[in-house]
Amino acid sequence: MPTLTINGRSLSVDAANDTPLLWAIREQLQMTGTKFGCGAGLCGACTVHINGEAVRSCQTMLSDVAGKKITTIEGLSAKGDHPLQKAWIAEQVPQCGYCQSGQIMQAASLLAKNPNPTKEEVVAHMDGNLCRCMTYSRIQKAIMRAASEMRTASATSSERRPT
Amino acid sequence: MNKHVKKLTPETTDLSRRSFLVGTAATGLVLGYAGVPGIESAAAAPANFEPSVWYAISPDGLVTVTCGKADMGQHIASTMAQIVCEELGAKWSDMRVQLASNDPKFNDPVLGAQITGGSWSTMMNFEAMSRAGAAGRIALTEGAAAAMGVPASELVVRDSMIVHPKSKKQMSFADVVKSGKATKTFSPDELKAIKLKSPDQYTMIGVSVPQLDIPSKTNGTAKYGIDVMLPGMAYGALVTPPVRFGATVKSVDDSAAKKVPGFIKAVTLDDRTATTSGWVVAVASTYANAKKAAQALKIAYDAGPNAKLSSESLLDEAKRLQKLDDSGQFFVKDGDPNAAFGSAAKVVEAEYTTSINIHAPLEPMNATAEFKGDILHIYSGNQFATRSGAIAAGAAGIDPKFVVMHQMWLGGGFGRRLDADMMIPAVQAAKAVGKPVKVIYSRENDMTMDFSRPLTYQKVKAGVDGDGKLIAISHDVVSAWPTARWGIPDFLTPSVDKKGPLDSFTVNGADFFYTVPNHYVRAIKNELAHNATPSGQLRSVAPGWTFWAVESMIDEIAAATGKDPAQFRISLLDGAGKNDGGAQRLRNTLLAAMGLSGYGTKQLPKGEGMGVACVSSQERATASWTACVAHVAVAPSGEVTVKKLTVATDVGTQVHPDNVRAQVEGAALWGLSLAMYEKATLKDGGIEQTNFDGYTPLRMSQTPEVAIAVIANGEKATGVGEPAVTVVAPAIGNAIFNASGARVRALPITAEAVKASMKA
Repeated sequence: MPTLTINGRSLSVDAANDTPLLWAIREQLQMTGTKFGCGAGLCGACTVHINGEAVRSCQTMLSDVAGKKITTIEGLSAKGDHPLQKAWIAEQVPQCGYCQSGQIMQAASLLAKNPNPTKEEVVAHMDGNLCRCMTYSRIQKAIMRAASEMRTASATSSERRPT
Repeated sequence: MNKHVKKLTPETTDLSRRSFLVGTAATGLVLGYAGVPGIESAAAAPANFEPSVWYAISPDGLVTVTCGKADMGQHIASTMAQIVCEELGAKWSDMRVQLASNDPKFNDPVLGAQITGGSWSTMMNFEAMSRAGAAGRIALTEGAAAAMGVPASELVVRDSMIVHPKSKKQMSFADVVKSGKATKTFSPDELKAIKLKSPDQYTMIGVSVPQLDIPSKTNGTAKYGIDVMLPGMAYGALVTPPVRFGATVKSVDDSAAKKVPGFIKAVTLDDRTATTSGWVVAVASTYANAKKAAQALKIAYDAGPNAKLSSESLLDEAKRLQKLDDSGQFFVKDGDPNAAFGSAAKVVEAEYTTSINIHAPLEPMNATAEFKGDILHIYSGNQFATRSGAIAAGAAGIDPKFVVMHQMWLGGGFGRRLDADMMIPAVQAAKAVGKPVKVIYSRENDMTMDFSRPLTYQKVKAGVDGDGKLIAISHDVVSAWPTARWGIPDFLTPSVDKKGPLDSFTVNGADFFYTVPNHYVRAIKNELAHNATPSGQLRSVAPGWTFWAVESMIDEIAAATGKDPAQFRISLLDGAGKNDGGAQRLRNTLLAAMGLSGYGTKQLPKGEGMGVACVSSQERATASWTACVAHVAVAPSGEVTVKKLTVATDVGTQVHPDNVRAQVEGAALWGLSLAMYEKATLKDGGIEQTNFDGYTPLRMSQTPEVAIAVIANGEKATGVGEPAVTVVAPAIGNAIFNASGARVRALPITAEAVKASMKA
C-alpha cells in the first residue's frame, strides 16, 4: 500500500502504484479541492506541488511520488490565508471556481521562485491553466497583488530581524 | 410534470420549526402564504424564522437564502441574497446561501419551473426576492414592536438591528427570532401591497459586496457534483460510441475487464428517454479502476444511420433546405421583401456560417445516483432540475415525484447542464449494482457527446433604395433545433405563417430593433443535423449566430453604399413603431462604446481597424442593450490580432456592479473564443475533437484588454451572462474588413479565410 507524504502528513492509500495521484488524492484521501479537468495535462485543474514544483496530478502516478512532498490546495496554507488566496478574494477572481485550485497552485510555484514577476512571466507561467469562465485578467491582477504583498511582508520581516 | 411528493426533504419534514411557506404559482408573481397547520407560537425551543421559502433566519441571526437557480459562476445565489438583504435590512456578513432541491416550492416565480438560462434569473426574481425580504422585515419589526412595547412605525431597521431611537431600545434580528414574536403572515394581496424601496433608497443594491461563494472557491472546500462522496458508493466510467448519436450496442465482451481489480459490472444503457445511444458504463470500486475496466471492454456497435455524416454533409443539407421555397416557418414577416428587392437600387446577398461548438465546462459531466427506499436521490450540478428530474425518473422507470435532486455548485454550465444525460448512466448503474454510483465523464466523453451549439447556415439578402435607405431584409436561418429536442411545447413559439411551432432559440436576435419596412426571418430546421448532432443551448444560444449574420450584413450594406457603419446603424435605430424604446437604448449604448473606444477619433496605423456591432440579446422581450467596438491588427498573412474589445451595455439596474463587469468580460471573451479559437467538426458521424489539444478555448496569452462601460439608468434589471458573447464576433469581422478589406463570413475566423478574402 503506497504511502504519501501530503500536506505535512504521512498517509497510506489503498491503490495500485499505477493509479494517477489525482484520483488517490480525491477518492482515497477525500481531498476534493484538486480537480479533474482533462486527464491529459492540458488544462491544469489538477495542479499540485511535488517538492514545491507545480505538476499535473492526472499525469503523475503514485509510483512517481514515493518519498516526495506533496502539497494540495488544502495544504497550501493553514487557514486558507496564503497571500494568493487572500488576493483571489480581494480581486473576486473565481466565477464557477472549478479551475481555481489549480490556478492558485500554479501561481504559488511561480511566486515561490520569482517574487517579482513581470506580466509576461505571469502569462508564460499560467498559460497551461485553462479558465473556461475566462477570469484571466483577474487571475493576473491577483498574482501581482499577492506578489506585492509577499514582497512587502518579507521586507518588513527582514527589517525586524535582529542583527 | 414534476408533481412532487411533499415531506421528502428535511426542510419540509421538520415541522417543529415555526414556518410560513410561500407557494409559487406557475402563473406568475402571485405569492401565497400558507401557515403550516397545527404549529402554534408556543413551541418550546427557539426556532428558525422562515418568512418565505426563500430564506430562514436562525436564532443566532444568520439569514440563509435558498437559491432556486443553478450557480455556475454567475454568483446568482449571492445576488439573490443581496436582493433579499436590501429589503430585509440585514447585515451582509449575516447572509448565507444554500442551493435548493427540486421541490417545486423553489420554482422560478415567473417561469414556474426550475431552469437557469436566458440571462433571466435576476430580471425574473428581483421582485419576488424583494417582496420576500420586505415581508420578513415587516414581520420582524412588528415582532420587535410587540416585545419592546413601542409602535412599529417608530422603529428603524438596519444591519440586522431593529432600533427605537426615542427610547434607545433595540433588538437584533436574532433577539426577535429567539423571542418567537415574529409571527405575521401575508396573504398574496398583502404581499403584493408591500411598498418596496425606490432605487434612491437602496443601500445594498448597486454595491459590490463580497460574493458569498468566493472564499470556498479559493481553498478547495466548494462542493461540486464531482466531489460528492456517499458511503459504499461505486464509480462508473463511460464508454461512448464512435458516432455522436444513433449507434446501438451489439455486444459487450467484459472478459478482460473482469481481470481489473475492483471491477463490478458493465452496464449497457437502456435509455428510453432517447437522450443517449449506445453507451456502456463500467462500474468499479474506484474511478481509476472503472477507467481501466472501461478501456478493457470490447464493444461491438451498429453505428446507425448517422455514421457517414460530416460537417460538410450537414452544411450541404442546410444549403439545400434554404433554397426550397416552402422550407421552414416564419419568425418575422413584415411587409414584402421579395417585392422590395424588385424595386431596389442595390441588392446585397451573403451566406454566413458557424461551426459546431462545444461547451466544455471545466468540470466534466458527472452525476451520483442513490436509491434509498422509494426515493431516487440524484447529486449533480444541473441547470434544469424540473426536466432533469423527469429524465432521471425515466431512466429509473419510476414516477418523477420520487426523484430528489440535490443541487451542487456547477463547475461551469454555459447551457451544458440544462441536459440530464449524465444522470442516465448513474441511475442505471446504481440500479444494476445495488449501490450508489458516481459516473464521471472523461474529457473525451464530454467533448464527443456534447449537446453542442449546432452548425448553422444563414442566408441574408438586403435591398437598398435609390436614396441608400435599407428597405428590405430577408434572412433564413438553418440549424438543428436545440429547444425542440426538449419536447416541452411551452418553450416553442408559434410561427407567423401558422405552419406550426418553431424553435425561437434558433432565430432570436434576427428580430432586431432596426427599422426595416420589409423584413422576413425564416427558421428552417436541419433535420439531418438535428438527428446526427443533438444540439443544446450554448451560452447566448441563437443570438450567438443570428447577430453574426445581421451585424456583418449591416456593415456590408454600409460598405456597399459608402456609409460609416456606426452612423448607418444609428440611422436605422430610429425607434419607429415596435422598436420604440429599445432602439434608442441600443443607439445610446453604441454611442457609449464608440466614445469609450475612441472610434473615429484617430488615424490607426496601416493594417489596423476598428469594427462595431450592437445587439439586443437575448430575446426582444429580455434584451440587454449591448455594443462592441473591436480593434484589430491584420497581418499580410491574414493573421488577426485582437488588440482591444470595448463593450458597452445597458442593464437597467445593476445589483452588483463588479459582478456585472465580471460577467460582461467573461461573456465578451467567450465571444472572442468562439470567433477565433473554437471549432468542432463532425466526421463519420463523430465529433473529431476529443480534448483541449484539438478543441482550444481562449488561454491567458490570447486575452486582450477588455474595456467595459455599464449603463445603469434605473430601468428594470436585465441579464448580463450572455449578451456580450454575441456582439464580439461581428465586431471583429467588421474590424478585419476595415483593417484589411477582407470580409469573413464563417466562424471561427481563420488566417486562411482572411488572406483569401484579401486577395479576392
